[in-house]
Amino acid sequence: MTLAQPLAAVQFQSNWLDILTSPFMQHALIGGSMVALAAGLLGYFVITRQNAFAAHALAHIGFPGATGAILVGAPLTLGLAVFCVGGGVLIGLFGRRLADREMATGTILSLATALGVLFAALASANARTTTSVLFGNLLAISRGQLVVFGVFTAAVVLVLAVIARPLVFASVDPEVAAARGVPVRTLGLAFIVLLALTITMAVQVVGTLLLFALVVTPAATALRLTARPGYVAAISVGLALIAVWGGLVLASMIDLPPSFFVVSTAVFAWVVVLAVTAPRRGRRTPTNPAPDTHHHHARVPVSTV
Amino acid sequence: MTPPRPAGTAALMLDDVSVVRGGRTVWSQGTLTVPAGAVVGVIGPNGAGKTTLFQVALGLLPVAGGRVEVLGAAPRRGNHRIGYVPQNYTAAVNEAVRCRDLVTLGVTGGRFGLRRTSAAERARVQRALERVGAAEFADRRMSELSGGQQQRVAIAQAIVDDAELLLLDEPLANLDLRNQQEIVGLLGDLHRERNATIMIVAHDLNPLLPVLTDAVYLLDGHPHHDPITDVVQEDLLTHLYGTPVGVVRTAQGDLFTRAAWRDVHHHHHHSPDGTAP
Repeated sequence: MTLAQPLAAVQFQSNWLDILTSPFMQHALIGGSMVALAAGLLGYFVITRQNAFAAHALAHIGFPGATGAILVGAPLTLGLAVFCVGGGVLIGLFGRRLADREMATGTILSLATALGVLFAALASANARTTTSVLFGNLLAISRGQLVVFGVFTAAVVLVLAVIARPLVFASVDPEVAAARGVPVRTLGLAFIVLLALTITMAVQVVGTLLLFALVVTPAATALRLTARPGYVAAISVGLALIAVWGGLVLASMIDLPPSFFVVSTAVFAWVVVLAVTAPRRGRRTPTNPAPDTHHHHARVPVSTV
Repeated sequence: MTPPRPAGTAALMLDDVSVVRGGRTVWSQGTLTVPAGAVVGVIGPNGAGKTTLFQVALGLLPVAGGRVEVLGAAPRRGNHRIGYVPQNYTAAVNEAVRCRDLVTLGVTGGRFGLRRTSAAERARVQRALERVGAAEFADRRMSELSGGQQQRVAIAQAIVDDAELLLLDEPLANLDLRNQQEIVGLLGDLHRERNATIMIVAHDLNPLLPVLTDAVYLLDGHPHHDPITDVVQEDLLTHLYGTPVGVVRTAQGDLFTRAAWRDVHHHHHHSPDGTAP
């Protein structure tokens, strides 16, 4: 009975096609698609570079940027971008050792969240603004924001086109890459700046707390299917686009937060792929198969993707 | 056992080299010449600077003093005449990369911009994979392979660019006996075919002794170079490792080193032609 009342408000909206074609929905579709493109392209690297925690932290580091922007009356995107890129560079400078980076990232994350609370209190930002930063507000994306998104997405795509191959080398095989003359550290910094730009956008779409669904989940899903970087990128972008579009269509039909539908769609795809690939990947090579190669019975029964 | 060495430039030449890292002198007064075409064991206790020697050769670590020449030129990063397999390589391998792609990165990984891997490059990768016996699992993920298979892929990546000098850091670590022997056999074959110089950091000399021609040993903070037979001596190895080490020669002429904390001499009495100090 306590549930009945709120649930009664959830019902199919027969005019969903009108909602879907309305200007604010168009903005959401275009903005969301750009985020899906950038996030899908970067997902492979976030995972191979073990940067998932950094991606999560960067989203939170954007929080004081957003509330700080409200405090000084600057555009939200600017505040987010400054804090995300700054935080990204700081994290990137803290060495390649995962343990060092995790500790530095965690510390910066706490400080940023504290600053965010402070700025929010000083700016007496209302709960609604804070909520939209934490959970995203896809339906409030303005024309101005779209222009900024366009610039950011173009930057991510162009820079990635130039550095993709050495970045793959530096991500999966850093020691040999360094010996081969690949500028591993510089590439790492460049990558984290691209990630910060993408997160600046993604935070406005799915919010600080749900960002993983666009940056990590599609790539994690794709990696279950293939290990080829190009394919992973294509599948991740496709899945992220489906999540955004599917989420918006569902949000048009049922008046609930689009973030919920976007994230649910991405997670649903992940669960399906996980279920489909689990039995096959369960039969992987034993850690110590007796004969190595040149012996046909050493052939492992798993046919890989 | 080993072919005659070709005349030519040295693979690695150190002239009074010292290396400092984090304010600590790792080793100093390094003066040695590793001849081209040698198969060299790089030995010494933990922390003596074996990996550091590789980093100097790869141009990843500048020396604090002295002069270094690698294949007749100053060390520099990105020297494609050197193939490198780092330590713990197999532990670091990624679920997100296929063997073939990893070897391909050995050819194209430094290239910026968008260009597809050419047919010639793909053929080269395939040849390297076949050469090390990795072709049949080339399209699988690194993380799905056994340690021995991963080591083969790592070696394929190191030779794919026709390196003249191979630097392998602990390539036999974490491998079982059979895989150790197979990798050593592969290194011996590669050496014979290509006349490449191979330097191998190793803790256990025994599995490598059949292919080693020389050794670089880090003794009392200084690197030295000698033919392997001069290095496999009880007094030298005992001094080097700071613990009694025995050397055994079997009737077939095979050499072994052994921890000899109990009865080195006793054992030697029974060896027909033991190499007593």
